[in-house]
Amino acid sequence: MPKPVLVFGYGNLSRGDDALGPLLIDYVQERCDTEAIDILTDFQLQIEHALDLEHRELVLFADASVACEAPFELNELEPALEIAYTTHALHPASVMAVFQSIGKGPPPPCFLLAIKGETFELGENLSPNAERHLRHAESFIEELLQNPHPAVWRSKKFKESTVI
Amino acid sequence: MYEHLETADNPENLRRIAIDPVSRVEGHGKVTLLLDEHNQVKQARLHIVEFRGFERFMQGRPYWELPVIVQRLCGICPVSHQLAAGKAIDQLVGIDPDKLPPTADKLRRLLHFGQVLQSHALHFFHLASPDLLFGFESEIGKRNVIGVLSDYPDIGLKGVKLRKYGQEVIRVICGKRIHGTGAIAGGMNKALTLEERDYLLKDVDQIIAWSEEAVDVIKKVHCSHLPYYDEFATIRSNYLGLTRPDGALELYHGGIRVKNDRGETVIDHIDYCGYSDIIHEEVRSWSYMKFPYLLALGKEDGWYRVGPLARVNNCDYIDTPLAEAARFEFKAHGGGQVMVHSTLAFHWARMIEVLHCAESIKNLLLDPEILGRDLVARGEKRYEGIGVIEAPRGTLFHHYRVDENDILTKVNLIVSTTSNNTAMNESVRQVAATYLSGRELTEPLLNNLEVAIRAYDPCLSCATHAVGKMPLQVELVDAEGRIADRIVKYGDGTIERLADA
Repeated sequence: MPKPVLVFGYGNLSRGDDALGPLLIDYVQERCDTEAIDILTDFQLQIEHALDLEHRELVLFADASVACEAPFELNELEPALEIAYTTHALHPASVMAVFQSIGKGPPPPCFLLAIKGETFELGENLSPNAERHLRHAESFIEELLQNPHPAVWRSKKFKESTVI
Repeated sequence: MYEHLETADNPENLRRIAIDPVSRVEGHGKVTLLLDEHNQVKQARLHIVEFRGFERFMQGRPYWELPVIVQRLCGICPVSHQLAAGKAIDQLVGIDPDKLPPTADKLRRLLHFGQVLQSHALHFFHLASPDLLFGFESEIGKRNVIGVLSDYPDIGLKGVKLRKYGQEVIRVICGKRIHGTGAIAGGMNKALTLEERDYLLKDVDQIIAWSEEAVDVIKKVHCSHLPYYDEFATIRSNYLGLTRPDGALELYHGGIRVKNDRGETVIDHIDYCGYSDIIHEEVRSWSYMKFPYLLALGKEDGWYRVGPLARVNNCDYIDTPLAEAARFEFKAHGGGQVMVHSTLAFHWARMIEVLHCAESIKNLLLDPEILGRDLVARGEKRYEGIGVIEAPRGTLFHHYRVDENDILTKVNLIVSTTSNNTAMNESVRQVAATYLSGRELTEPLLNNLEVAIRAYDPCLSCATHAVGKMPLQVELVDAEGRIADRIVKYGDGTIERLADA
C-alpha cells in the first residue's frame, strides 16, 4: 500500500536548472522524516504517473519553472485537460485529469512547488540564482512536510507568497 | 520519389508556411513549406532546430559513468542508451557480447523488452492514437490523449497500464524508473530476486492479452482504411536493422542486415563494430540533424529506414508465436508484397513488437537462469568500444574511445531518428505534394504532415520540460518576408488567428 503523502520531483539533472525538482527530492530523502511519505523522481511527468496518485491523501509536485516568481511558488492544482505541444511530457494538472479520466474518481489534493529556474542548457550546473532558490525551497518543504495536511498547505501558500 | 521538393529553384519568390514546433513528438522540430502563387508546394522540409552537443559533453568523463549519464539524453528511452553504452563499455573491459555471463545477458534483454514495451505503448496510445481513432483532420480539441481517454476509456486505460508495466520491469531491474544503474562494464550490478520475478510474472499474461488487443486495434484501423493507409506518406526505401544469425527479429544483439525496396538482401550478418565502413553521414546546411546513407549504395540511393517497420520487414521470423502470427498477417495484408512500405504501417509493426516484448518478458521470467548470481565478467582492457542495439525507434549506435586513464576521448552516437531523417523528409514531401499542394492550408490539413512524421515516432531532444515554454505557432510569410497570417495553438488545444498579422 502506498504511503499517504507523495512528493514527486521531476526534471533532468543534466540540463542546468531543470535539475531543481530532483535536487529537492534528494534533500527530502536526506533531511526529512519519510516514514509516511513516498518519494518519486522522473525526467518528466507521463500518463502512467496518474496511477501513482492512487490511494494518496496529499501530493506535492516539485519542478523548475521559468514563469513563477522567485524563489518559488506553491499553488494548489485542479485537474485540467491541458495538452501541451508534446504529450511526451504532461503538466501535473493533466496527470490529475488523466487520473479522473481512467475512472479513479477525484484525485487527491495536489500542490505544485514551482522553483524559479533560468538556464536549461545541456551539461550546465545550477545557475547561482537557482542555487539560492533551491536553498529557500529546501527550508520551505521541510516545514511543509512537518504538517502534511491540505488545509495547512493552503494557508502556507498565501503566507509564503507574501513573505517572499 | 519527392527529392525534387527538397530545395526550390527560386525560394525568394515563394510563400513560406512553418509548423513550429511539430506537436506530439519528443523534442523540437519544425516543418517549412514554400508555396507558389497557386498554392503548389515547391519545397518541404523537416528541420531539427535543437543542437544538443551531447557527444562533446561526455568527452573528458570516465567511461564507467556512461550507463548512467547517457540516460539523460532522453526521458523516453533512457534504457536504450544505457544498454547501448553498456555494450560498448563491455568491450572496454575486454568482454564481447558472447562472453557476457548468461544471467547478465538475460537481465539486459529483460530490461530492454520492458523499455521497448513502455516506449511503444506511450507512442501508440498517447501520441498516435488520437489521429488514428479520431481522424487526421478531426477537431483539434479532441485530437489528444485526453480525448482518447474520454471517448475510448478502455483503450486509453490499457495504454496507461501497458506503459506502467514496462516501467515496472525497468524499476525492478534498475532500482529506479529512471537513472537506474543496471548495466555496468562486463555485466549487471544487481540480481533479480525470486520475489521480484514473481511480482512481474503475476501480471504478464494480462499484458500479453492487452498487447494482442493492441495489434487488433491497429490492424482494424489500418485495414478499414485501405488503400489510404497503404498510400499515405508512403515511400519505397531500404531498411536497416539487426537480426539474429538465423534471421529472427532481434532487439538486443545481432548482425546488421539491409534489404532494399524489393526485399533483396543488400548486406547481412555484418558485425556492427564495422558500422563506419557501411554508413556515412551527410551534412546539409539547412538542418542540425545529419543524413546517414549506406556507402555501398551512395548518397542518392543509400538512405534507409530503421525502427519497427524496418525490423518486421527485415526479419525472416519472430521467435514468439503470437507475434509471429501477427507478423504473418501483417506481411499478407498488402496482397503478398515482399516488403511493406506504408509509413502508417509503422504503427502496426510497433504493436507487433509490443506483443513480442510481452511474450519475451514472460519467457525470460520463466527461465531459471534469470535468477542467477553470476553477473559480471572481466577481460583485457581495450581502448575502443562500440555498442549497438535496436532501440524502440530503430538502430542505435554508441561508439567510444578512452585513453590510458579510462577517460573518454571520442564519442560518436547515431540515434535512430537520425537514420530516419531522409525518410521523414521524403514522407513530408509526399504528403505535401499529394494532399496539400494547390489547397488552402488549414490546421487540420497541416496535421497530415505531423501524422506522417509521428509515424516514425521521432525523438528530437532530451527531456527539458520547463513549465511555460511550449508554444505552437503557424506563420504564413509572403515573398517579402512579411507575416501574412499567424495562427497560435494554445495548451488547451484552442486556436486563435492573431489580428496583428
